[in-house]
Amino acid sequence: MKRSLRSLLLATALVTIGYSAAFAEMIYNRGNSADPETLDPHKTSTVYEAHILRDLFSGLVMQDAKAEIIPGAAESWKLSDDGKVYTFNLRKGATWSNGDPVTADDFVYSFRRLEDPATAAEYASMLYVVKNAKEINEGKAKPEELGVKAVDANTFEVTLNAPTPYFLEMLTHQANYPVHKASIEKLGADWIKPGNLVSNGAYTLAEFVPNDHIKLVKNPKFYEADKVKVDVVNYFPTEDRSTAIKRFEAGELDTNDDMPLEQLADLKAKFGDQVRIGPYLGTYYYAVKTDKEPWSNPKLRRAISEAIDRDFIAEKVWGNSMIPGYSMVPPGIAGYEPAIADYAEKSQIDREDEAKKILTELGYGPDKPLKMEIRYNTSENHKNTAVAIQEQLKPLGIEVTMVNTDTKTHYGYLEQKGDYDVARAAWIADYKDPETFLGITRKASGNNYSSYNSPKYEELMDKAAAAGGDPAERSKLLSEAERVLVDDLGNIPLLYYSYHNLVSPKIKGFEDNVMDVHPTRFISKE
Amino acid sequence: MLRYVFRRLLTAIPTLFVIVTISFFLIRVAPGGPFNQERGLNPVIKANLDRIFGLDQPLWMQYLRYLGNLLRGDFGPSYNLPDFTVTELFKVGLPVSIQIGASALIIALLVGGTLGIIAALKQNKGADYAVIATATAGSTIPTFVIAPVYQLIFATTLALVPVAGWAGGAFANKIGPILTLALPQIAIVARLMRGSMIEALRSHHIRTARALGLSDWSIIIKHALRGALLPIVSYAGPAAAALLTGSIIVETIFAIPGVGRYFVEAALNRDYTLVMGTVVVIAIFTIVFNLIVDILYAVVDPRVRYD
Repeated sequence: MKRSLRSLLLATALVTIGYSAAFAEMIYNRGNSADPETLDPHKTSTVYEAHILRDLFSGLVMQDAKAEIIPGAAESWKLSDDGKVYTFNLRKGATWSNGDPVTADDFVYSFRRLEDPATAAEYASMLYVVKNAKEINEGKAKPEELGVKAVDANTFEVTLNAPTPYFLEMLTHQANYPVHKASIEKLGADWIKPGNLVSNGAYTLAEFVPNDHIKLVKNPKFYEADKVKVDVVNYFPTEDRSTAIKRFEAGELDTNDDMPLEQLADLKAKFGDQVRIGPYLGTYYYAVKTDKEPWSNPKLRRAISEAIDRDFIAEKVWGNSMIPGYSMVPPGIAGYEPAIADYAEKSQIDREDEAKKILTELGYGPDKPLKMEIRYNTSENHKNTAVAIQEQLKPLGIEVTMVNTDTKTHYGYLEQKGDYDVARAAWIADYKDPETFLGITRKASGNNYSSYNSPKYEELMDKAAAAGGDPAERSKLLSEAERVLVDDLGNIPLLYYSYHNLVSPKIKGFEDNVMDVHPTRFISKE
Repeated sequence: MLRYVFRRLLTAIPTLFVIVTISFFLIRVAPGGPFNQERGLNPVIKANLDRIFGLDQPLWMQYLRYLGNLLRGDFGPSYNLPDFTVTELFKVGLPVSIQIGASALIIALLVGGTLGIIAALKQNKGADYAVIATATAGSTIPTFVIAPVYQLIFATTLALVPVAGWAGGAFANKIGPILTLALPQIAIVARLMRGSMIEALRSHHIRTARALGLSDWSIIIKHALRGALLPIVSYAGPAAAALLTGSIIVETIFAIPGVGRYFVEAALNRDYTLVMGTVVVIAIFTIVFNLIVDILYAVVDPRVRYD
């Protein structure tokens, strides 16, 4: 009697455990470096928000686990023959998390709101390719004049200024996500609070405790809810990277988006395959003040660039988490050949010899040393990079001094075109197209810290923009423009970025890609 | 006494006003602004942002507007976390910092005080040296060493507690931050207590008590302690203000959502409103705790009199 009772209890227990395990919530704990500035897609500017917003909202097009474009709120689209008008057919039956249907009017409202100067959207420039967008943002036209139209409830039309082959890529940026008009009109600035936030993506906002965690729960009204496996995703702002490693090790975090790079060798030894490093679309470079003597001489800039041993810096300073870079556009954009500097393949010794020759030619020598001041923003790695370069330039008789300021001061100074020789800067791709890297060195760009101004460059960039209808031709022209920039040394590229994620073996669907995009809806956890 | 307290509270108002004014202008002297970052903003967008946040108005107008809002209890939105107002950020963070800080202070006073008394009683013997050595170690080892070591031993190796995080205020998550904050304070309080207790034990009225045959412990608790407490009270005032407003190091390493980080990050981010919020909070805490300290003086030592 007792025995069969025991087996009955055991059986019941096993069934219960099995039952609850089958129905247990799949919770994904995701380390995300920093809290988002805001959850309003139109007011965002950093990558940390992008991950969260990508889970909450569904733009016209989205990215899959490999960062390839897939239909989002729009299930199909057509491009007019002149390449200027996109017509998006919205997904029928798709709704917001509160049941309201997602309509073309939502996108009209959202795009107008992005350009409206009252919104003060930092990424309003994302839509400057749309007719009248720039004028509206400058206050010279009204938001109603934006080149967008709701043809009917399910058809959304966008008119561009010129054929723009990278427009769909740009649409994957979070600034272009739709927002729920009724919520904003009723709740004002509170619309983004948990409990209020109405979204149309795979997840909805459950909790947001600043500096603690953000909890997203699966949205049952999402059009592909049946394919979404993770029920709850908790985003943790993991500012202290050493703590993040310990939390990952203890299983408190399933993934983390950063790691202390100075310990990379040890981390690889300890975590093996869980350390995922690969190319990321970003360039680390030194801007040079090209509109002042002696830096206006491209030969001098070339001498400096050749003398820098990037292999050393990538390996010793960055623990191989960065890759030596010799072009402005990093590799990894399909269909585009970056213009690599011609001295990239030369041995470091040959390059130093050539640099010495140039310097002597220009009259620099032991009695007339070249003085160079490097500005950088506070960070251990920026400092070590500058120090390494200082050491590398010393044998050539170049005296390097350094000025270190905190990030805000550094960029404030550069934006106001303060006086400097060489300044550290970086650019991370906003979208997967060379335009995002090459646009910043155009003479009119606010990010053109080098004050680079080359008529040939401008001409080629304009021609490339005009060739929008022919992607192969455009790619070629952009590459030619980059060749001008790289040969001219409008700035000195140093390194390409990589992503560095820690991923637990329990996590599936976290695919490595150059945009470091990992939507939770494609992820599952064992 | 009541009149004294009232007078002190009245003088707090002009003090706060001066602090707010100086800070308001000082933070704006620092180069850069809330919106300078790696990705420079094009001038149109920057102009829009400046307008929305009122940064395009003349400085004296911004100041007056800020004062007006302040008088209504409105500290404004955080510039760098615009989803939250400064008030909301403090509403979430201040209770966390106060919990950790107050617990650390109480532990420091109790444990440190006891250790100090023991050291004083066993002066120049083994126990005394042990206490002094521990105190020196505790006050010289920085918190950013204690915290990771604690995490390594108790969380990673022994798996007794979580590594970091707040988990809604779970007890296991609080142990690390409290201990890390308390250890240096225990060290300081122990040394202070030891010194003042030794001096108190030498005083005339203690000699009288001993001569009268009173037991050691009753001498200490009833008579010596009161006198010895004064330096501790002086120290505890500003220490309380500092501890209760959080520590950026402890909060960052243990990933708890306190307000300590705002003191550093807000300034680095040029988040003007958040900086002003932190300045006002710490000023109020300092003023209040200094006042409490002065009141406690009168309570502890009957010789102290206020008009």
